[in-house]
Amino acid sequence: MPGGKTIAEKILSRKSGTDARAGQIVLAEPDFLFAHDGNRPLAIEAFAELRGRTVKHPERMALVIDHASPPPTAAVAALHVAMRTFARAQGIRLYDVGSGVCHLVVTEHGHIVPGTLVMGSDSHTCTEGALNCLAAGYGVSDIAAAMISGQQWFRVPQTIRIEVTGRLRPGVFAKDAILALVAELGPDGAVYMVLEFRGEGLAGLGMEERFTLANLAIETGAKAGIVEADGVTAAWLQGRTVTPWTAVVSDPDADFARRIVMDLDLVEPMVSCPDAPTNVRPITAVAGTPVHQAVIGTCTNGRLSDLQEAARILAGRRVASGTRLLVVPGSREVFEAAARDGTVSALLAAGATFVPPGCGPCAGVHAGVPGPGETVVTSANRNFKGRMGNPQAAIYLASPAVVAASAVTGVLTDPRTLLE
Amino acid sequence: MVIQGCARRLGDNINTDYIIASRYKTRMADLASLTPHLFEDADPGLAARIRPGDLLVAGRNFGGGSSRETAARLILQAGLRAVLALSFSRIFFRNAINVGLPAIECDTTGMAEDDVLVVDLAAGRIENRTRGRILPFAPLPAVVREILQDGGLAAHFQRHGGFRIT
Repeated sequence: MPGGKTIAEKILSRKSGTDARAGQIVLAEPDFLFAHDGNRPLAIEAFAELRGRTVKHPERMALVIDHASPPPTAAVAALHVAMRTFARAQGIRLYDVGSGVCHLVVTEHGHIVPGTLVMGSDSHTCTEGALNCLAAGYGVSDIAAAMISGQQWFRVPQTIRIEVTGRLRPGVFAKDAILALVAELGPDGAVYMVLEFRGEGLAGLGMEERFTLANLAIETGAKAGIVEADGVTAAWLQGRTVTPWTAVVSDPDADFARRIVMDLDLVEPMVSCPDAPTNVRPITAVAGTPVHQAVIGTCTNGRLSDLQEAARILAGRRVASGTRLLVVPGSREVFEAAARDGTVSALLAAGATFVPPGCGPCAGVHAGVPGPGETVVTSANRNFKGRMGNPQAAIYLASPAVVAASAVTGVLTDPRTLLE
Repeated sequence: MVIQGCARRLGDNINTDYIIASRYKTRMADLASLTPHLFEDADPGLAARIRPGDLLVAGRNFGGGSSRETAARLILQAGLRAVLALSFSRIFFRNAINVGLPAIECDTTGMAEDDVLVVDLAAGRIENRTRGRILPFAPLPAVVREILQDGGLAAHFQRHGGFRIT
């Protein structure tokens, strides 16, 4: 007698019209698709390879120019032209240069609501799961197949339930909590599974921190991270979308592969050391390591509260001589809000260099490639060797607070030492 | 479908940045020019050892990280005919199937560089001729076998006009 269902099983059951259970393969219609300019072939090139002529549901799709934005070379500029031409011909919404990282853009513009099935051409599409949807990353052929047919095959994933309890202490953030979990699970601890976040601890986490939690799910191999919806979710969606939605929760007797408690009370500032996100240590273990480039931004931590936290630490201080601080607002919306509330001026006054909204230097194609022998601390999600464009650079991942504190001192620094 | 080849060995957690570094992102339209850079940051000598028809043999969690399909396309471009690993990352697994590269989850712990392997996809069996061992593996899901049989997702769509899932 089968028991209850997880959030992922419920969403895939509804979308496929079957009684979907972990391990099965179902055919289903995604509610929303998006693709970016980050990989060759582009999704629109794969669309041509699959002999696509028209996008079945253009209103359920967006293209986002974020990885190399504005374009660093003539060749990339030509790809952007091709994306604009395709979007115009097919009647698809295109978010052009300067709009921001796809994961911020599609959520801020109200394309994503709870209970839906979302496909993105970026591996960090799991980020959108903070809005209680099943969102996963795909290669361009899978995106193209869904563009053409309106359908895709899905393997129904198992779920690991993460029970969030307690409250983060000052100087500690969702980034630290999720880095600790990534270390606990390892790079393949959740392969093909969903990390489902629930529990009383969520109430203390804003939407922006929940996006950070879901964003790192892929670094454990997970298909998706899904956060339960509540008043915080509803308030964030208010004014962004008119699409009606219903929150999805797991049944109490659902079959979970594993249960883990994330006790926010116990979290310390953490850092992923070179060359893997799972190589996590407390900041106290690596404090004092010289830093040449500090980066605040990306789909992990490029939101308003991230910039504000950095500004709080940098206010009245200066970036250390010998260290560069790059700030990449995650989206135009974030940049505008940070300009209005004084965050941008505070960061500029401290010596920050602004990079246009988008992926910035994270993927190693432009706007902040580190030099040989240099050390970077970034609020991003990946630090594989060569990730930022130079295999001779060392990359540390941390919260925007750790990045800002390290920019001030020029060495990896526990942000609590700079807080009053 | 039976594939015979010589093993090219890699370890655990070979992610897509190690398959092809993101600094080559802007050159990914020209796959042939990128094959010398395959696995460059993980094992700089490996690309030069690959001969057409070889099989890639890896450990746990092969292909984690980015969604770049180029990772799977480049492995095919280099002449490798299948990837055998203890486990695959989800997106890489789908990408491999979509470009027509068999991705086989099996116990690779006893396989070494230069071992001669014969992989029978339909039977779910690998023969290690060098070590005289037979190793069974769980059959691929039906939809995956259909797509592989057609030569990848583009060929599958050209043939059926959409997904054909039986």
